[in-house]
Formats: sequence, structure tokens, C-alpha cells
Amino acid sequence: MSKPREENMPVIEKNENEIANRETVGRSQREIIINRFVKHKAAMGSLFTLIFIVIFVFSATGLNLGPKKGGLSIPGWWKYKITDIDPEGAIAASCNGGVTGCPTLDLAPSFMDGDGIRFGDHPFGTDIIGTDYFALVMRGAQQSITVMLIVGFLGVTIGTTIGAIAGYFGGMVDAVLMRLTDMFLVTPTIIIGSLIGFRYGNFGVVPLAILLGFFAWMGLARFVRTEFLTLREREFVDAARVAGASDRRIIFKHILPNAIGVIIVAGTLLLSGAILAETALSYLGFGVRPPDVSLGLLISQYQDTFSISPWLFWWPGALIVSIALCVNFIGDGLRDAFDPRQRRHVSAKDRLSAAEHKGKSS
Amino acid sequence: MRETVLKVSNYNIDFWVEGVWYPAAIDMNFELQAGKVLAIVGESGSGKSTTAMGLMDLLASNARVSGSVKVKGQEMIGAKKSAIRKSRGRDVAYIFQEPMTALNPVYTIGFQIVETLRTHFDMGPQEAKARAIELITMVEIPNPEASFDKYPHQLSGGQRQRAMIAQSLACDPGLLVADEPTTALDVTVQAEILDLMRNLQDRLNSAILLITHDMGVVADLADDILVMKDGVTVEYGTSDQIFHHPKHPYTQQLLAAVPKLGSAAMRKLSSELTGLPPVLKLQNVSIEYPKKGRVPAFRAVTDFSLEIFPGEIVGLVGESGSGKTTVGRAAIGLLPIVEGTIELVGKDISKPSLATLREIRKHTGIVFQDPASSLNPRLPIGESIGEPILLSGEAKGAELDNRVEDLLDRVELPRWYRNRYPHELSGGQRQRVGIARALALTPDLLIADEPTSALDVSVQARFLELLQNLQDKLKFACLFITHDLAVVDILSHRIAVMQEGRVVEVGPRDQILKNPKEAYTKRLISAVPVPDPIEQRARREARLSLK
Repeated sequence: MSKPREENMPVIEKNENEIANRETVGRSQREIIINRFVKHKAAMGSLFTLIFIVIFVFSATGLNLGPKKGGLSIPGWWKYKITDIDPEGAIAASCNGGVTGCPTLDLAPSFMDGDGIRFGDHPFGTDIIGTDYFALVMRGAQQSITVMLIVGFLGVTIGTTIGAIAGYFGGMVDAVLMRLTDMFLVTPTIIIGSLIGFRYGNFGVVPLAILLGFFAWMGLARFVRTEFLTLREREFVDAARVAGASDRRIIFKHILPNAIGVIIVAGTLLLSGAILAETALSYLGFGVRPPDVSLGLLISQYQDTFSISPWLFWWPGALIVSIALCVNFIGDGLRDAFDPRQRRHVSAKDRLSAAEHKGKSS
Repeated sequence: MRETVLKVSNYNIDFWVEGVWYPAAIDMNFELQAGKVLAIVGESGSGKSTTAMGLMDLLASNARVSGSVKVKGQEMIGAKKSAIRKSRGRDVAYIFQEPMTALNPVYTIGFQIVETLRTHFDMGPQEAKARAIELITMVEIPNPEASFDKYPHQLSGGQRQRAMIAQSLACDPGLLVADEPTTALDVTVQAEILDLMRNLQDRLNSAILLITHDMGVVADLADDILVMKDGVTVEYGTSDQIFHHPKHPYTQQLLAAVPKLGSAAMRKLSSELTGLPPVLKLQNVSIEYPKKGRVPAFRAVTDFSLEIFPGEIVGLVGESGSGKTTVGRAAIGLLPIVEGTIELVGKDISKPSLATLREIRKHTGIVFQDPASSLNPRLPIGESIGEPILLSGEAKGAELDNRVEDLLDRVELPRWYRNRYPHELSGGQRQRVGIARALALTPDLLIADEPTSALDVSVQARFLELLQNLQDKLKFACLFITHDLAVVDILSHRIAVMQEGRVVEVGPRDQILKNPKEAYTKRLISAVPVPDPIEQRARREARLSLK
């Protein structure tokens, strides 16, 4: 009988064999994915940065959970609140003819022509009426992160579920769910939001986020459905069915990991879209209203002052950009972790076998 | 002396992959005269297609080609892009493997042929159309005038390949490069296309560079043969030399691995298994694909009856579209049936409830045709194999690990492969994983749906051997679906032949292969090319006289 290809070919694999013998313990899909994600440097860095931002921002001005009176309230470590007005401090730090307070933050040490590292009373300066801008930015970031997380969670969950069910079952189920999606698609969120805002006034940020979430899943549902339509025809789905897998298992264990790329791309877009949508609605008077703030609101309020007091624009902008970047990198890492073909990190073993391959063939 | 159309010397191709040049073809030398056929033979990954694509600078941008390629005396390597482009289609034409993807689906075949004509010649639309119809007539597509306005999807696979040939012949190329021209086709259609190519070659006196892995096709067509392995020319000689006096061990191996009709010994059923009730009993089964929108319901299988007994391998043979895969899927409850009854391990699954389906899943396994698509690309193979065991509740945790390791041993894969993903395995290895998964619950019935059609001959030989050994040990019954009669010949105890959704003939292996009663079976058997030029010529003449 002839010798099989796959066994005369790999001289390389003989060496690998010894190394790999240690690796015979079976690992589950989940373990492998987590392992790969942890090895993704950019994603892990972003994850920690994001966690740091969240903790920093939420601890700065404190948390108010539950109802306004009697709810759990944790005080923050920053001395000012967004409602505190400190005219003296503002005047002390004033510049540009005293319109706003300049930032007292200085990171350049004295030997580099700076005034030495100091935070001062108002590290981010103050706004026109003398409110501490650091407190405002922290509060704004809290609101924006809350909106992002809730919208992201709702949008991705609803979109994926509806898209997956429609794509997997097809037929009547598909038709009904997709018409439902169309209905949501043609409803303008902004108008609904401003109507509710007009009728019932200010609810705060959580109801706003939930509302946005309910109007954010449609694009994702369509993407996921298309992906499922093609994937369910693949033979591995039949193979899973023959193995005795239930519909639920096929959807979540077999098809969904294959569709994760689309979900993550659409999901990260959704998150950055959420901040913009929140800003638009806040501007129209539903959701976040002054004196409460969100990052989007701060930016839109102070975009005119860019030439005189750019820090009013820079700080919230920098926060939005860093949060969005972190989310994108985490998404990248997740996608790579789910896709076994993505091999960013060439291990020493790979290099060895590549060199050997070259040596053998040349 | 005939004109030398193609002369290739010191020809090298390398690919730049992740910072290293990987050689794909190393120091190739060959030449081809007008009116001759040179076949480049090799298994997948040997570099045969790359060699052909490199001739006309059709490779990806990370390729590096060196050496000399002379087409009709004109040097192609290092020539200007515009000169090469002019030469493409006029001097050298290509026929590709998949006629569906090689033809543009949004244009009619007539349009595509006219396009080729008018890019190379100064021709008016009327004149070009007349010439196109002439070409369509030449490749024997029925009703040429009407076919001119047909879109690729309106033609059958064989007709599409003919249209492709008509397009490539449009400019009377001196050299025709045919890259696996019949691999995607049925044997009977393949025989027709081969006849056509031989006729055209005689008439037009053009040279053909044939790239294939099928030794039968080579025997049918080639004058000279070049055997490739891992980018290196292993042997180069006339058809007679290679087939009858192969020198290199690899050539000998390759020839030995090709299954030959009528060479295998009859496999006997062990006596303890005779007289048992059938594992699978299909009675007057009809299967329909329900109507979708305006497409009416399609009856894929009509009045189909077949019994499979314990420990028996039944080969189900037929051309594509004959409904054999449909039968296989319905037999294990993957497709509903509209008429008749199916009995599987004593249970009626004609109108199965979910509970019965779950129950029969423990007694059945299936190996799919395409190992690339039948394994979940996002699951490590250990989990794929273990899934049936886990879901049946037979084992989990450490015990499941042991079972998976045991199965990997059985299919002769190293245990540490369990953490690998399907794309990290070769085709043959993937198909073994498929078998391991199908046998995870030691089923009574295994459905094998063309498991070897995506494999190279030597891998196929190895795979069939493994399947036989496993079957001897585990004594499962098997429905082996294939279009390859030679494979059925090696494996099966009985053979069922299908045509257009009906059973044509069922019987013991020797009866079907040696004394077929039905004309269709005879035609099918005579169309299989034999890897022996002399015998193949005799068979060809016999087949033509049969018409």
C-alpha cells in the first residue's frame, strides 16, 4: 500500500511531537478562546485601561444608586460636585480675561520649564460660572459609559437573538421577525425620544440608554441573520444534528462562534453610535439635562470656545476617544480569539518549523 | 518535425510567505509540440496548477517566477505586461476546473465568447456572433443559436465546461492549458468532454497542457507525462514509459494507489451476521424538496427501496443529481419523506417524533463529503469528536477525554491533535476526524457520503483501508455513497445504482460490475477511465461502438 501523504510530509511534526506530548490534555473551546484573548496584548491593555477609566471616573464623584432620597450613596474622593460653584477658585485660576478658569494641572516638572507637578484646585479648570470642570468631566464620563454599556448590551443581545432565530429557523419565523425589524428601522429614534422627553420630562440616563438600546439592534439583527442563513447550510450543522445537538446548542455553540466577527464589528460601531445618539437626544431635551452632564453634552456646549479655552473641549474629547479606542481593541481581540485562523503571534515553535521547512526544501 | 509550442527551462516559482520564500516549483524543464498532450500529474499541493498559472503570469503578487518560458519562441518571463496580455487568450488559453465560477454568471455565454473574440481581433459584432455560434457548434452544445443567449446557470455542468472550451478556443490558441477540466464532472460527462478535447486537438492541431490528479484521464489523453511532487519533477517521459515502466518509486506509489475496477477481492460477510433483520429498511420511499416561492416542489427520490443488513457495506452509485445524497440524509432522519416507510434499527422513522430522532442518533453516524465544511471551524477537533458522546450523556469530563483519545487512536491520529482546529489539518486527516466523530457512539449504521471525493488518490487509498479495518472490527453496516465505481469495487458487498431518483439496479458487487443488466449501469461502467493507455483505448472504442 502507498505511504500516506500526511505521514511522509511532516518531518517537522516529529519534533513537535515531543513538545506537544505535554499538551495532550483536552481543552474546551472556551478555555482556548480565553487563553487566546489573554495573549492578545492590545486587547488586554485596552481592557485594563477601560476598567481603570471606569473605576477612576465612577469613584471620583461618587455613586448614587436607587431612588434620589434614601438610595445607596457612595461619596466620591473629589472635593467638588458638579453643583458646587467656586467663584474664588475660578478667579484664582482665571485666564483669557477671566471668562473661564484655566487648568491648574501641570505635569511638566520644574526642570522642564514647568511649575512642577501639581494638580491644584481645578486641574481641568472651571467653566464660565465657576463649576469645577474635573467634576463635570467625571460625571459626564459616568453618564456616557453607562449609556454605552447599556445600549451595547441591549443592542447586541436583542440583535443577535432576533437575527439568530430568524436566520436559523427561516420560513414564517424569519418573515415575522424581519418585518418587526423593518418596523423598528423606519421608526425615527430621535422623534420618539424627544416626544417622550417632552411629555414626561427628564428621566435620567438609564431610561434613556434603555430606550436607545431598543432602537439600536436592527442593523445587527440583519447582519447576524444573513450570516446564519449561510452558516446553517454548512455540513457541520448537519453533523451536529446527527450528533444529537438541540437547536439551542446548534445556534449558540456551533453557529454563533462562527458569526462572531460580524457581531463584533457591528457591536463596536453600535457603541460609538450610542454616544452620539445620547448627545443628540440630550441636546433635544430628553435624557441628560443640565445641570447634569454627559461627555457629548460637554463637547457640544463648549465647541465654540475651542479657540479661547480649548481644554473645555479637549478633556471630554480625549475621554470619548480613549473609551472608543479601548472598545475597538477589545473587539479586535475577541474576534481574533474566536477565529482560530487569526494567528498574530508566531511562537518560537513556528519559527523553528518554518526554518526547518526552508532548510529542507532549498 | 512538429512546431514546438511551449518550451520551459530552469523554471522556478517561489512564494513570499511571512518573510520567507517558499518554493512551489523547482527547476522545471519540459516542452510541448503542436498536436501533443502533456499531462502534469501530482497530488494536491504538488505545485502543478501553480506551474501552469505561472506560464502566463497569472500568479498572485507574492510570487516570484524565474527561468525561461517560450511560447512559440517568444520569451514570456520578464516580457512587458501588454505583450503577455496580448498573448493570453490568443496563444495560450485556459480551461478551469469549475465552469460555474470561471464563467461570469451575469453575462450570456455568447456575450463572453464574443468578448474574447473582439478583444483579440478586429471584428464586427455580427461577424463575431457568427463565429461564436460556429464555436458553440464545434463544442457540440445542442441548439447553438438558442444557446448563444443562455446564461451559465441555464446550462448543465458538462455544457458549461463545453462553453468554457468554446471560449478558450475562440482565437485558435496554439496552447490550451486545461487545469483539472473534468474533476467537477460526472464520469459519463467526463468521458464526453475527453472525447471532445481529443477531437478538437486532432482537428485544430493545438497543444494541450493537461493538469490533473486522475490517472485515468491521463491515460485517456496524454502523450507525455510529467509527475510532480512537492514542486519537483519526479519523472518525465512518454505515456507508455510512465504507465508501464515507471522508474521513480513515487510514480509507482501513485499508480498503485489508483483503485482499479475489478481488481479487488470480494469481501465476505462474516457468518455470525447472516440471517439477522436489516438495520435499515427503506420501502417505496419518495422525497421531495418543498416548493420555495415560485420554484415548484422537486421530487428528488421516487419509489426507492433498499435494505441494509448488519455488517454489510452497500455502495450507492449514481451521477450528480441522481438523489443519492438525499437518500443518505433521509435514511438517518435529516430529511423528511413524503411517501413510503423507513425503518432504522427496528424503529419506524417515516414520521419521526423528536424523541425517536434523538434515540436513533445514538445508532447512526454520518461522514460527509467535504471535510472542510463538515467540521466546525471554530471547534477544536477533540470537542467535535466528543460531542456525540457528551450529548448522549454517556460520558463527560475525564472519561470523555479518554474516549476521545481512544477514538483518535482508532483513526490513527496522534492524541495531541485534539486541541487543533480543522484548518490546521490536511484533507485526509480531517476526513479521519469525520470518521472518528461518526463512530463515537459505535453506531449500527454509518452513512458515508462521498467521503473520498475531496481526497488525493494515495490519501484515498489509505482512508479506504482504514475504513475497512474499522468495519472489520466494529461490524457496523454502511451505506457508502459515491460516484466512483472503483471505490465501491474495493469496499462494498452489494451495489445499488441510482438514476434520476430511482433505483436502476441492485445486486451483489460482482454481478453489478461484471454482468450489469441495465443499459445505464453498462454506460456508467464503460465511462470510467482506466489508468492504462492501451486498455483505455480499447475501452474507449468499445464505448463509442456502444452508442
